[in-house]
Amino acid sequence: MPGRTVCPGRGGALCLDLIGKCALAYRVVVADDLFKALADSTRRAILDELAEKSGQTLFEICSRLSMKHGLGISRQAISQHLAVLEAAGLVGARREGRYKFHDLDTAPLRQIAERWPLPRTSGPEESIP
Amino acid sequence: MKIHLTSVFVDDQTKALHFYTEILGFVKKHDIPLGGQDRWLTVVSPAEPDGTELLLEPAGHPAVKPYRDALVTDGIPAHQFAVDDVQAEYERLRGLGVHFTQEPLEMGPVTTAVLDDTCGNLIQIATEPR
Repeated sequence: MPGRTVCPGRGGALCLDLIGKCALAYRVVVADDLFKALADSTRRAILDELAEKSGQTLFEICSRLSMKHGLGISRQAISQHLAVLEAAGLVGARREGRYKFHDLDTAPLRQIAERWPLPRTSGPEESIP
Repeated sequence: MKIHLTSVFVDDQTKALHFYTEILGFVKKHDIPLGGQDRWLTVVSPAEPDGTELLLEPAGHPAVKPYRDALVTDGIPAHQFAVDDVQAEYERLRGLGVHFTQEPLEMGPVTTAVLDDTCGNLIQIATEPR
């Protein structure tokens, strides 16, 4: 915590200022991870499949991408995509006995709607590709 | 050349024989003592008594555990067995207390599910593409 050394004796204002800047920087980093995670069609396909059924093994995710989406991606590449989704908080990995399952977590998406609020009355429904 | 034998590493041959015969429904073909506690233990499908044998092979070699643990963690099956109806078999086996890591999943022409054989492996059941 390099910022803490300047705090003693200088009153609370600087501290709060630093904490504020840190918090802002943290939010920017979190948002960057989120947008990076969403900016890839394979990762969006993984989210679609986890939205259909949460709690999948790596094997099931691989099967779904290959059989349902026709994506010829290696298991290693899918592991890396999952790591990016985990860093963004969109996917959580959970150990259950000898198995590891992946769950969808849409909570980080809330910050998008908070940053650019949706109109209160919904307009005509549009399908999103 | 024919594929007449394939094998699956099992933690405990007696327990494995029970699971593969009483639960999955295969039948014992050979059971020959090999010295020590190890047996040459094979099962076959009742539908194909002279078909490919599955050897329930002792998992004592030190390389087996890390190999199998890594596969099981990622949900990767060691073997695939064909069934007529994955959903019906899933329900039958669930009723017998079998644990599945993947519920029946329809993917185009194939339906699959993945279960734990209680002897250290995951097994995939699948409908054969028609």
